[in-house]
Amino acid sequence: MVAATALAEIDAHPAAGAALDIEQVSHAFDIDGAELPVLSDVSLSVEPGEFVALLGPSGCGKSTLLRLVAGLDKPRSGTLREDEARITRPHPSRVVVFQDPTLFPWRTVWDNVALGLEAQGILKSQRHRVDAALDLVGLSSFRNAYPHQLSGGMAQRVALARALVNDPKILILDEPLGKLDSLTRITMQAELVSLWQRKGFTTLLVTHDAEEALVLANRVIVFSDRPARVKADIRVDRPYPRHRGDPYLADLRRQILGLLGLDATW
Amino acid sequence: MSTYSLSDGLASGAPRLSRAPLLASWVRESGVGILASVAWIAFGLSCLWWEDVGDWSRTHSLGIAAFVIAVVALFGTVAADYLGSAGRALRQRAPWLVVLGVFMTLWEVATAKFAWLPLPFFPPPQSIIEVYTDDLPKLLDSVFASVKLQLGGYLIGATVGFLTGVSIGWSRAVGYWVHPVLRFIGPLPATAWLPIAFFTFPSSWSASTFLIALATGFPVTVLTWSGVASVSNAYYDVARTLGAKPSFLVLKVAIPAALPHVFVGLFMGLGSSFAVLVVAEMIGVKAGLGWYLQWAQGWAAYANMYAALIVMSLLCSGAITLLFAIRDRLLVWQKGTVKW
Repeated sequence: MVAATALAEIDAHPAAGAALDIEQVSHAFDIDGAELPVLSDVSLSVEPGEFVALLGPSGCGKSTLLRLVAGLDKPRSGTLREDEARITRPHPSRVVVFQDPTLFPWRTVWDNVALGLEAQGILKSQRHRVDAALDLVGLSSFRNAYPHQLSGGMAQRVALARALVNDPKILILDEPLGKLDSLTRITMQAELVSLWQRKGFTTLLVTHDAEEALVLANRVIVFSDRPARVKADIRVDRPYPRHRGDPYLADLRRQILGLLGLDATW
Repeated sequence: MSTYSLSDGLASGAPRLSRAPLLASWVRESGVGILASVAWIAFGLSCLWWEDVGDWSRTHSLGIAAFVIAVVALFGTVAADYLGSAGRALRQRAPWLVVLGVFMTLWEVATAKFAWLPLPFFPPPQSIIEVYTDDLPKLLDSVFASVKLQLGGYLIGATVGFLTGVSIGWSRAVGYWVHPVLRFIGPLPATAWLPIAFFTFPSSWSASTFLIALATGFPVTVLTWSGVASVSNAYYDVARTLGAKPSFLVLKVAIPAALPHVFVGLFMGLGSSFAVLVVAEMIGVKAGLGWYLQWAQGWAAYANMYAALIVMSLLCSGAITLLFAIRDRLLVWQKGTVKW
C-alpha cells in the first residue's frame, strides 16, 4: 500500500529522458608533464529514453567519458549536448551513480537520499520525494541507519535512490554493480531495467561485463583500448525481461568479445 | 548458577541441593565489597586508634567518614541486586574501593601517625581535607579564575584554529599565505611567548588568553586542515552532480568529513593549553589554580598544594570528558571510537 502510493508519487513527476549528443570529443590527461590521450574523436548520439551500455577494456576511458557527460570535467575538444544545451558543468538532471556507493558516512540513509534536494534548496517542500525514492528501492525501514550498517547491495540501492530522487533526465551509471556479489547483481539488474522502463530516463551504463550490457541495454557501444574510440555500435532488439540464455544474446556476446580481442577464449 | 548446583547434586548421586556453590557465588559477588568495607574500616581505625603526631583538626571527622564509606560499600555491594544500576556500578568499582582503602590506610599511618615520610612535604589526608573545608573560598575563587581564563582562551583558539584550518584546506590562495606563517610560528611552544606577551598586552589576563588561544589554535588548525585536505574527491563529485554549490561543499561535505580530525586537534589543543594556563598563572596572572600552587609553595603550605593539584586534575579530566562526550554525540556515525 505504502509502496503503491510512493510509486504514484514518483510517477507524478514524470522525468522523460533527454537526448544526448557527443560530438567529436577528445580528452587527455597530463601525467608528470606527459600527455596521455584517453578519448579520441568520440561521437555518439543517444535518443531520449535509450539505455546505452558503454563496453570496453578496463582503463580505456569509458569512465572519463561519463565524467564529461556529467559535466565534472571539460573535454579538450569537441562538445557534449543535453537536449541541444551544451554541457559545461554538473546539473542534477544528469546524475551519476559511481562504482562505490560513496554515501556520506556522517548522514543517515534518509539524509543521504535527501542530499540532492537539500543541495538545490528545495528539500523543505519536497520531503515526500525522499520517502518515495527510499520506498522505490525497498529501504524505507533503513531510513535512520548509517551507511556503515548497510551491506554492499543496500548501500548501492541507497546510492541509486539518491540519484533517482532528483528525477534525472539522464542517469549515468559508472559500473554501479561492479563490486556486488553475483546474486545481488542479477537482482539489481532486473530492478534497474524496471526502474528505467517505469521512469523513462535516458541511461548510460559503463560496464566491462558483456553479458550485463546485453541483458540491460538497447544499444551497446564497444570501445577500443586507450585512447578510446567507438569500435562498434550494436543494437540489441530484444524485449524485456531478457533471458540470459537467449541464443540471440549469446551470439551477440560472442561477437562483442571478438571485437574486444577475446575470441581466442571462446 | 542453579543449573550448576543441580548437576553437581546429580553427579554426587544424592538429590540434595548443595549449599556450597551458592555460598561460593555469593562470596564471588559480594566478597570484594566486603573486602572494600574492611579496608575502609581499617582506614577509619587507623585515624582514630593512634594519636596524631601533628596538630590536625579533621582526623576525627575523617575516621567517621571512612566508616560511613565502609558501611556504604558493604551494603551497596551485598544488596546490589536491589539497587539497580547504582548497585551494579558500585559492585564493578569494588576492587578500586579496596585498593583506595588500603592506600588511604597506608598514607594515614605513614604520615599522621608515625611520620615515616618527612612531614611537611607529605601531609596526611586529614590536612588536605582541612584545606577543602577551611580554605574553600580562596580555592573556589582560584577554580573560577582558571576556568574563566581557560575557557575564554580555548574557545577563541579553537574557533580561530578551525576557521583557519578550513580556509587553508579549502583555498589554495589562503594556504599560500598562511601555511608558511603556520610553519614558522606553530611549532614554537606557546610558553616561549610569555615574556613578550606580558609586555605587549594591556593586561596579564589578555596576554594569557592569547597564549592559551595560541596553544590551542595550532593543533586545531593543522588537524582541521589535514582533515579537509584528506576528504575524498568522490564526495565532492557526488555532491556536485547533485547540484551542490561551493558553500554546500564546504559546510555540508568538507567540514562534516573533517570533523573526526578536528576533534583530535581539539583534544591535543586542550592538553597543550592546560600547560600554558598553569605556567601563565604561576608567572603573571594573580589568580587561578596555578597561582594558588605558587602561593602555597611560598608559604610552604604543602597540603594546599596537594589539594590544588587534586582539584586541577579533576578539572582537566572533566574538560576532556566533556570534549569526548561532545565528540561522541556529533560523531555517532563513526564506529569504534575510543572511550575516555
